[in-house]
Amino acid sequence: MIYRETGQFKTTYASDQQLFPILQDRVFVIAFLVFAFVGVPLFASEYFFRAILTPFLILALAALGLNILVGYCGQLSLGTGGFMAVGAYAAYNLAVRLPDLNLLVVFVLAGLCSTAVGALFGIPSLRIKGFYLAVTTLAAQFFIDWMFARIGWFTNNSSSGSVSAPPLVVFGHLIQGPVEKYLFVLAIVSVFALLAKNLTRGAIGRSWMATRDMDVAAEVIGIRPLHAKLTAFAVSSFYVGLAGALWAFIYLGSWEPLAFDVNRSFELLFMVIIGGLGSILGSFLGAAFIVILPLALNQLPTALGIPLSTATISEIELMVFGALIVFFLIAEPRGLARLWSIGKEKLRLWPFPH
Amino acid sequence: MKNKFRIKAAALALAAAGGLFGVADAMAQAKEIFVPVLVYRTGPYAPNGVPWADGFVDYLKLVNERDGGVNGVKIAFEECETGYATDRGVECYERLKSKKPVAFSPLSTGITYALTDKVPNDHIVLITAGYGRADSVDGSVFRWNFPMLGTYWDGADILVQHVKTKGSLKGKKIALVYHDSPYGKEPIPVLEALAKKEGFKLLELPVTHPGVEQKATWLQIRQQRPDYVFLWGWGVMNSTAIKEAIAVGYPRLQMYGVWWAAAEPDVLPAEQAAKGYNGLALGHSAENDKPIHKDMMKYLYSKGKGTAAKKEEVGQVLYNRGMISAILTVESIRTAQAHFGKGVMTGDQVRWGAEHLNIDNARIKQLGVAGMMQPVHTSCADHGGSHAALIHTWDGEHWSYTSGLYHADYKLLRPMVEASARKYAQEKGITPVDCSKEK
Repeated sequence: MIYRETGQFKTTYASDQQLFPILQDRVFVIAFLVFAFVGVPLFASEYFFRAILTPFLILALAALGLNILVGYCGQLSLGTGGFMAVGAYAAYNLAVRLPDLNLLVVFVLAGLCSTAVGALFGIPSLRIKGFYLAVTTLAAQFFIDWMFARIGWFTNNSSSGSVSAPPLVVFGHLIQGPVEKYLFVLAIVSVFALLAKNLTRGAIGRSWMATRDMDVAAEVIGIRPLHAKLTAFAVSSFYVGLAGALWAFIYLGSWEPLAFDVNRSFELLFMVIIGGLGSILGSFLGAAFIVILPLALNQLPTALGIPLSTATISEIELMVFGALIVFFLIAEPRGLARLWSIGKEKLRLWPFPH
Repeated sequence: MKNKFRIKAAALALAAAGGLFGVADAMAQAKEIFVPVLVYRTGPYAPNGVPWADGFVDYLKLVNERDGGVNGVKIAFEECETGYATDRGVECYERLKSKKPVAFSPLSTGITYALTDKVPNDHIVLITAGYGRADSVDGSVFRWNFPMLGTYWDGADILVQHVKTKGSLKGKKIALVYHDSPYGKEPIPVLEALAKKEGFKLLELPVTHPGVEQKATWLQIRQQRPDYVFLWGWGVMNSTAIKEAIAVGYPRLQMYGVWWAAAEPDVLPAEQAAKGYNGLALGHSAENDKPIHKDMMKYLYSKGKGTAAKKEEVGQVLYNRGMISAILTVESIRTAQAHFGKGVMTGDQVRWGAEHLNIDNARIKQLGVAGMMQPVHTSCADHGGSHAALIHTWDGEHWSYTSGLYHADYKLLRPMVEASARKYAQEKGITPVDCSKEK
């Protein structure tokens, strides 16, 4: 009853083709965005902004990028951490070497650098598939890690190999303070999430999905695999690179290649799998699960006043977190996004389910 | 039944949300000084992280139990597990920040790098005793960083001074086996400068985190036969390196660890075979019979309030270092109180205290750590306060000193510190303060 499209007639092509064709969806998305932009800054604490919302949003963007590649185009990648590193170090070098460049331009250019690298490492995908492709992207991960740790030029010959981001100035305004950083990231993530949503339902997105579902059949109906796979690699790497730049500049502030090691790649892949393959919403849900849940588990005993040693708490955190991953994957193998759509389906029939 | 479970689950979720939103944190204690403790009690670095954390926490407990706090102000503390991971360390920092902490000791050079940008805005002192950024000795740029006791540049210089006493280094080969992180890379510029000056050849051999795989590294050492190996490792990497050295037959006598690679967890796994392995001692070794250790036993361990799982841990190398880190933090608070009045101190006031530390030999004796610490005198120009270390050697059962005290050569290091600090200031747009005008 609550979620029902009955009576919403599409009388023009525009209304039929809009991003969210159902009124309830539209209202919900707009309300949610208003809440995120206006409501959250009113009540959340500094810790909530800095340690939870900002990393969540940035990793959600990276997961979104990976989801385009793995979920929509079916190309398994384990090089996400490396592509994030490309974005981060490209942004660092651009910002340090060309200090007059606008920060937004820096981020976009960093994304484009990552696009180039991603497309380059995507070329093998034309010949190899599945796990074998995963191994080649893993090679990309290790190569990129090695490159940023060993070649001094990329880190401006920093003696420790750790680099730190210059002040974040956009249009003459210095971005500092948790709320400003959060809003900046939120704006970027919202824009690119909507873009991704649009992209995936258009011609490119359909060619990705056709390739994912059966590449031979896709070729037969006239989809060029070269085009489909490389665009997926390119778009995905752009998102991931942009997220890497944001992660480095906004969240960490100062970082070393270890921040983008292979564990980051796995973490992002888990986000996509747990959240839901081939779903924009799933990327966000998966990121929330992986970023927020461990922190909540870590703080739960203290919040409840249970005296446990630090070591015990972190062991419990790992165990419960692992158990929950297994539980969710058994309960709903298609991810958290699927749970959401089941919920919507139920709301549609409520209160008279058949 | 089901409902009950639901209510419980909802309560749990609410409590978790409360913790995350920082509702509980808002109630700051009025009459206490909060000292956060970033630790790692799990993961590949736990063998070394645990004794340090125990020493740190034990000293804070001791100050509360024995003295009733610092000049009557109790110290509140809370641990946060970082696992030696930078992003988790930053999260811990943000979590504990709301409790108005005065000083952080992150025990990780990577986390120190990340926090260096944050502490000036939050007015929190960063005390990095024996680690951190070497260039943060320059207090005119790094207002909030205090790399007390000694930096890695000091360590590198002292190690070279020591091996030089065994004969000229001209034409010799020194291999640096280092943890591939900011920590391990920190000494490289100084070693490179010294290689040029002394005429030795430096081999740089990185070991990737966490350091359990070093076969290739030690194969290279077997081929190249360096005259000395400097080990710049941490956690399981150290014991693995010593075991690999034994496997390739590299003499332990020619191996020197930095002060983080010269403690019990590093040599014990190799047992007798580690005999002859040398390491830097940051002014202290494994002393366990000083007055402070007796106090630890009397006030904490005899009452079952000690932090360490086993009494034997009290007085181990890393336990002592954690304890001395806590001493430096508490002394900074005390110095601030002497200047600003005996109450609860703010971060700004403790920064003043840390910059005006004057721990002389008399004070060291009062603290009960005579012979475990060199005098520390900090100032705006020198946030380190002490730049000395000596060598201790593992005889299979104990650590014992095998050299006199060396002082780092600041004729060489000072220009490097200043150049590096200037570069940082330029990148960050910081205007250095004039130290001659600081009081």
